[in-house]
Parts: sequence; C-alpha cells; structure tokens
Amino acid sequence: MTYVFDFSWLSDYLPVLLKGIGITLQLIAVGAVLGISLGIGCAWARALGPKWLGAIVAVYVELIRNTPFLIQLFFIFFGLPALGVQMSEMTAASLAMIVNLGAYSCEIVRAGIEATPRGQFEAGASLAMSPFQTFRHVVLIPALQRIWPALSSQVVIVMLGSAVVSQIAAEDLTFAANYIQSRNFRAFETYIVSTLIYLALAILLRQLLRGLGWTLFPRRAAR
Amino acid sequence: MILTRRHTLALVAGLAVAVSAFAHTPARADALADITARGSLRVAVPQDFPPFGSVGPDMVPQGYDIDMANLIGEKLGVSVEIVPVTSANRIPYLQTNKVDLVISSLGKNAEREKVIDFSTAYAPFFNGVFAPDDVAVSDAAGLSGKSIGVTRGAVEDLELTKIAPADADIKRYEDNNGTISAFLSGQVDVVATGNVVAAAILARNPPKRPELKFLIKNSPCYIGLNKNEPALLARVDEIIAAAKADGSLNAIAQKWLGADLPADI
Repeated sequence: MTYVFDFSWLSDYLPVLLKGIGITLQLIAVGAVLGISLGIGCAWARALGPKWLGAIVAVYVELIRNTPFLIQLFFIFFGLPALGVQMSEMTAASLAMIVNLGAYSCEIVRAGIEATPRGQFEAGASLAMSPFQTFRHVVLIPALQRIWPALSSQVVIVMLGSAVVSQIAAEDLTFAANYIQSRNFRAFETYIVSTLIYLALAILLRQLLRGLGWTLFPRRAAR
Repeated sequence: MILTRRHTLALVAGLAVAVSAFAHTPARADALADITARGSLRVAVPQDFPPFGSVGPDMVPQGYDIDMANLIGEKLGVSVEIVPVTSANRIPYLQTNKVDLVISSLGKNAEREKVIDFSTAYAPFFNGVFAPDDVAVSDAAGLSGKSIGVTRGAVEDLELTKIAPADADIKRYEDNNGTISAFLSGQVDVVATGNVVAAAILARNPPKRPELKFLIKNSPCYIGLNKNEPALLARVDEIIAAAKADGSLNAIAQKWLGADLPADI
C-alpha cells in the first residue's frame, strides 16, 4: 500500500489556517512588546533597584523559569477562576506569554546591564545626568544592543512555545492544524503544512527583529 | 542566529529529503497474522473518559473499553498491550500503525468511514448538551450567544459544528479533561459530552452540575480498525457476536454502566 498525498483540503480550510496564523501573530506581538517591557523593568529592579524589590522580582523570575509553560497557562486559565479571576482564553494566553517572556528577558537584559563598565555610570553622573537619565541613555541602550540577538532568540522560542495555547482552546495556528486534522484525518499533510508555516513565521520574525535592532541601535550598523 | 539564504535552502532541502524518506509506508501484511505472530494485541483505549477508560488510583487503566480489549485479547489467545490515547489522536494512532484496534468509545460517522473500518457496535452511547439548572437551553437554537465546551474531534464536536447557530461560541479543547475543567471552572456556559461523562461528573457532586438539556445524537461505540483488514474485522465481529450471545458483554455493561445492553446493540 502506497500512501497517496492529498492536499485538496487546503482550499476548504484556508480560512481556518489564516485565522490561526493571525492569532499566533497577535499573541506574539502582544507577548513580545509587553513581555520585554516587563523584563526591562524587572532587570532594572534586580540590577540597580532597591533590595526588597529585587528580592520580589527574583522570586518571580525563578518561579517562572523553573516551571513548565503549560502548567503556568493551566493555572491562569483553569486555576484562577477558583479565586474569582475569570478571563477569556486569549487574555489568559497573552498573560501567560507576557509573564513567561518577562521572566526570561529579565535575566537576559540584566546580563547586559551588569556588563556595563562602572565608568559608564560615573561618566553619566559627571555629565549631571539624573540616575534615570543615566540608566535610559548610558546603560540601557548599549545593554539592549549587546543582548539583542539573545533577546530575539527568546522571542522566537516563545512564539514557537505558544503552540500549547491550543490546549485552552485559543484558536492559534496549532489549534487550526489540530482542528483540520481531526476533520480530514490527513495527519501528514496537515502537519507538514503547519510545520512549514511555523518555519516561515520564525524566519520572518527573526529577520524582523534583526531589522528592528538596526533601526533601534543605528551605531551598530555604522560599525 | 542569522539565517542566510544558503542556510534556508539547506533547511528546505533537508526537509524535502525527510519527507520523501517517510512518504512511502511499507506494504502491510495481514494484521490478524501480525497480531498472532507478535503474540500481542495493541489497543488504543481512553485514559480520561470514565467509565469507558480511566486510570485508577493504582495507576492501572480500567473501564468498559479496557475490559472489552481484554476480552478480545483472550479470545484471540494473545496478550493485550494497552495504549492510552485521547479523543483527538485515537484515529491517527491507528492510521500510523501504532495500534491494531481502537476501542475508545469511538462513534461512527461518514467522515471516519472514509478512513477506517468499524466492527459491529459493542456499547451504547448518547451525547448531549449539559448545563446547570439556571441555564435555559432546550435545543440547538437555544445555544445562540452561549459558549459551549467540547472535546475537539469528538462526535459531539462534529455534530454541534453542523447544528449550532452561527453566534454560538464553540470552544474546542484538546481532551476530555480540558473540556470538563473548562465547564467546572466556569470558562464555558454549557458542555457537550457523553451521557456517561456527565453522570461521572455528577457522581462527584461538583459545584456546577451538568444536567441534561437536550440529546445531540445516539452514537453507539464501535471498534475501529484499519481499512483492508477483512480477516481481523471478521474475527472481531465474531468475538463481539459470541460475547453478546453468552452474556459476557452484558456483564461488562452491568459492571461499568449499571444497566443492561439496550436491544439495538
């Protein structure tokens, strides 16, 4: 018996796939912007902020980095309603991605901040910059520039990891693939198509982040 | 990492090689002969679908479908290898030849009949829409504006997708546990599932009680097997007929469903 490939379902299910791609992109856009913002705030707190705040952030970071993403997602979606916190699957999925990326990017950004030479802080102070101005212009921007490739990789990892949000019925690309497969029973064709879409999305996202790096840190491009 | 065009090309080429390597499944021998030669029967059973199949406190699978699998193994004179599956992946397990039979409260419909074969029915099953008393729903039209939890790929998913009004919000979960959790945690208003599943939830006396609102379909369970296996199909049908005649199937029904087999099985 030779397996006969059949991609004729593609035209019927194209809207489902496109919707899935849209949801995955929406999740990673919201997750990346808010997650990295949260990560920068947490990195400041751990590296330069008051000790008590650093301690709280450390607990958050270790809790998230040492537990599975799927369990975090289930806790938010199925667990929190017991405490009266009810949210839609899209809100729960976005929140889980923000919280997850926030913890990982905190550590990445913190590494960049801590690699800043002491003299750079002093240079900022000697130019009569406030501590905030020094952080913003003298410390953070070069730090982000240093760790941008690592941060970009983490964003791609979270985008691919977002596949598990299909478990709480968020209708992302993986949900679309599983939905189609449970109707056309064409596992090979369905998953090869979704694999190629994920591959294309990951490559595009990487290139986008690389371009964004050039725009945000133009000095690097000049080198 | 920076992906150059050459890397991308290499990746695509690699994938293409992988695809062509797996594209041709080897010619299948007679499945019944394979089972006898191997000395074991691999059966896909539900792991989260009491009373048909669930894992007991001692971590041993138990239920109607497990007893059915053991009955068939015994009659074939081979040992039984239990493979726990979910609603969504039970047919792929069969298609990719990871199991010989699917005994997993599997309902029959036209779409499934295109890809696999079915034995005669071995267990009764009804599915319906369930919700607490204060939710007013009595038919499919009443689902308008409500959110409905359902297990993706199950018969009730396929049926509801056809009969529910356009503004009903069907949420499809990966497995039965997800569907039940979503209902109990209030993430959906109503749940579409099997009568026995709702009864099992009620028996645990939850804060949200799934009471029957309306029946979707009478969908007895069949044993699923790969197409073009006439010898295995005939043998399985023969075992089911014998078990009906000698009362052993009725004993399984009494044990797990607390009722005799209905006349149409």
